[in-house]
Amino acid sequence: MSAAAQDTPVPVPVPVPDDAIEVEGLSKSFGERVVVRDLSMRVRRGQIYGFLGPNGSGKTTTIRMLCGLLTPDAGRGTCLGLDILTQARAIRRHVGYMTQKFSLYADLSVRENLEFVARIYGVPDPVGAARAAVERLGLTGRDRQLAGSLSGGWKQRLALGACILPSPQLLLLDEPTAGVDPKARREFWAQIHELAAEGLTVLVSTHYMDEAERCHEIAYIAYGELLAQGTVEDVIARSGLVTWSVTGADPAALARELAALPGVEMVAPFGTSVHVGGHDAAALEAAIAPYRQRPGLDWRADAPTLEDVFIDLMTRSKDNFAKDGAGKDGRR
Amino acid sequence: MSGGGPLGSLRRIGAMMRKEFLQLLRDRVSFATMIMIPLLQLVLFGYAINTTPRHLPTAVLAHENTSLTRAILASLENTKYFAVTHHPRTEAEAERLMRSGDVLFVVEIPAGFERAVRRGENPSMLVAADATDPVASGSALAALRTLVDTAMTRERFIVEGGPRGSGLEDQPPAFEIITHARYNPAAVTQLNIVPGLLGTILTMTMLIFTALSVTREIERGTMETLLAMPIRPVEVMLGKIAPYVMVGAAQATLIVVAGIVLFDVPVVGSLGLLAALTGLFIVANLSIGYTFSTLAQNQLQAVQMTFMYFLPNILLSGFMFPFAGMPQWAQWISETLPLTHYLRMVRGILLKGATADDLVYDMAALTAIMLVAMLIAVSRFRQTLD
Repeated sequence: MSAAAQDTPVPVPVPVPDDAIEVEGLSKSFGERVVVRDLSMRVRRGQIYGFLGPNGSGKTTTIRMLCGLLTPDAGRGTCLGLDILTQARAIRRHVGYMTQKFSLYADLSVRENLEFVARIYGVPDPVGAARAAVERLGLTGRDRQLAGSLSGGWKQRLALGACILPSPQLLLLDEPTAGVDPKARREFWAQIHELAAEGLTVLVSTHYMDEAERCHEIAYIAYGELLAQGTVEDVIARSGLVTWSVTGADPAALARELAALPGVEMVAPFGTSVHVGGHDAAALEAAIAPYRQRPGLDWRADAPTLEDVFIDLMTRSKDNFAKDGAGKDGRR
Repeated sequence: MSGGGPLGSLRRIGAMMRKEFLQLLRDRVSFATMIMIPLLQLVLFGYAINTTPRHLPTAVLAHENTSLTRAILASLENTKYFAVTHHPRTEAEAERLMRSGDVLFVVEIPAGFERAVRRGENPSMLVAADATDPVASGSALAALRTLVDTAMTRERFIVEGGPRGSGLEDQPPAFEIITHARYNPAAVTQLNIVPGLLGTILTMTMLIFTALSVTREIERGTMETLLAMPIRPVEVMLGKIAPYVMVGAAQATLIVVAGIVLFDVPVVGSLGLLAALTGLFIVANLSIGYTFSTLAQNQLQAVQMTFMYFLPNILLSGFMFPFAGMPQWAQWISETLPLTHYLRMVRGILLKGATADDLVYDMAALTAIMLVAMLIAVSRFRQTLD
C-alpha cells in the first residue's frame, strides 16, 4: 500500500534464501505511542524462533507487520524473500498466521472452517484436504461440531490445523498456548517440532519460560525494543548476571532483607529458596558475605535461569524507558 | 502459485459466498426475520395513511385558448391542489408524461369549448388522474367539484342565467368535468402500498444484513484471519453480497405473489423488467449496507446507521407521503435515495405498464447511486489493521 521499494527489487521467491525472516529497523506507533522501536531480526529457515516479552511489549504488532497486516512506519525487510512492504499479498499465500484469540468462524463446523480455508488458498480438492486435516488433528467424529463449541485445547489444535492446511513455509503463532492445559501444550510443541523437522519455519510468541527453552533461538522484546536474541545459552551467558541461591527459614523475610542491600539487583523467592543476583560479582559477594555466616542458611552459587535474565532485562529497560520520559505503559 | 488470475478470484469469491450462506442458514433468528418482515409488514401496512398533498404536477392539453379556458386553469391552480407544469401538444405526449410519472393529472379541454358553453350545450372537460397513489390524487379530485362554480363566477357574463345565489342554483352547470382515475380506478390503497412495501422491505433487510456482515467479522476477531489470507477486498465484498442478492430475490417474489393473491395487485407491465430492476435495486442497497459496515466500528453502530438512513427513505421516497407534495429541498434529497427511483419504477411497471423507455431516468439514477456506493465500499475496506 505505502510507497516503498527504493531498494533493489526483490526477486520472486523461487531460489529460496536462507533467511525466512530478515527485517531491519522496523518501527510502528499508534498515535503518540511507540509500540515497536527500531527492531531488527533474522530467522533462519527451519528454525523454531521464540518471541518473548511481557504483555504489551510489541510482540503482536511485530508479527502483524511481518505478515502485512500492519504497515511499518519505518524499516524494511523480507519475509520468505518477499518484501513486506510491497509484496504482502504474495507473502500471505505462504504464511500461516495464528492469532492470539481464536479467530475461525465459531458458527461454522470444524470441517466447514477447514474447507473454507482450503478454498481461499486454492488447495486442490478442498473437501479431501479438509477431511485429511480432520484426521490428522484427531478430530474425526467431531468434524460436524461447531468450532465455537470446542474446548480451549481443541480450538487451538483446530486453529493450528487450519494454519498448516495450505502448506505454508512460515508459521507465525501469536501466543498459541495461552490458556491451554499442560498436556495439550506438550502435544502442541511436539507437533511444532515435527513441522520444523519437515522444513517449516516457526515464529512463536509466548510468556512461558519452559516454552522458550524448546525453541532453537529466542528473542526478548520489552517496551517495543528487542533486548536480546540468540540461543537460550547465549542469551543467559551474555546477560552477565551472577546469581546465588539461598535456602533456609523464612525466605520471605530473608528476601526483604537482601533486596535492600547494595549490589543486589534482583531477588526472587522460589519456594523455600531465594534467588539473588547482580551484575557486579564482587559487589554481590560483599553484600551477601555477612549472611553467609548466618546459621541455618545454605548458600550456593548457581547459573541464572532464563527467567532471571528476562526479569533483569525488563527491569533495566523499564528504568531506561522511564528515564526517556516516554511515559505511558504500552498495551498492545 | 500465488493464486492469481480470474479463476483464482472466482474461486475465492465462491468460497466466501459458501461461507456466508452457511452462516446465514445457521443463524435461525436472522433467517426467520427475513421471511417474517415482509409478511408482517404486508399485512400490517395494508391500511393507509391519509394526507392531502398540494401543488401536484398537472399537464394541460388545451385545444383552444379562450378567456373561459384561462379562467378554468386559474381556478384549477387556485384550488392549490394543481400546479400546471406541462403543456403537451398531443394526446400521446400527455399519455407519456403521465406514464413516466412526470405529472399526476392531465386536463384536456376540447376544441370549441367556450362556444359550446355559451350555447348552453353543456360540454365536457376531461381530467385524467394518476390514481396509483390514491392518497395523492384523491383530495385533488374531490376539489374539482367546486371548480365549475368558481370558474363560472369569474366568467359569469357568459352564462345566460344571473349570478349565483340569485335563486338559480337548480339550473344545470354550464359544463361538466369528467374525471378518470387512471390505473387504479377504485382508488384501492393497497395497490399503492404493495409496491411501496416491496421497496421498503428490500431496503431494510438488505441494508441491515450487509451492514452487519463486515462488522460482525471485526467484532468476533475473524477479520484478522480473513485479512491474513490471500483474498482481495473486492472478492470479500462480492462473496458477502451475493448470497443476499438471492435472499432479496426470494423476498421480492414473496411480496409480489402475496400482493397479487391477497390484494389483487394487477401486473400490467413486464415481470421480467420488474425482476431485472429489482435486482439492480437490491445490489444498490447491498452496496450501501456494505459501505455502512466499513464505516461502523461494531454491530450496534451498523444498526444505528442503517436506521438513520432508513428514516428519510421511509418519509421522503414517496412511500408514506406523496413525493409531489414535498417541498423542493426534500425532493432533492429523495432523488438521492434508491427507494425513490425504485418506487416509481415498481408502480410504473405493476400498475401503469411502463416499459424500459419510460423509466430511463430512474434506471440511470439508480445505477449511478449503486456505482458510487460500491466505489466507496471497496475503497473503504481496509486491507490492513492500521
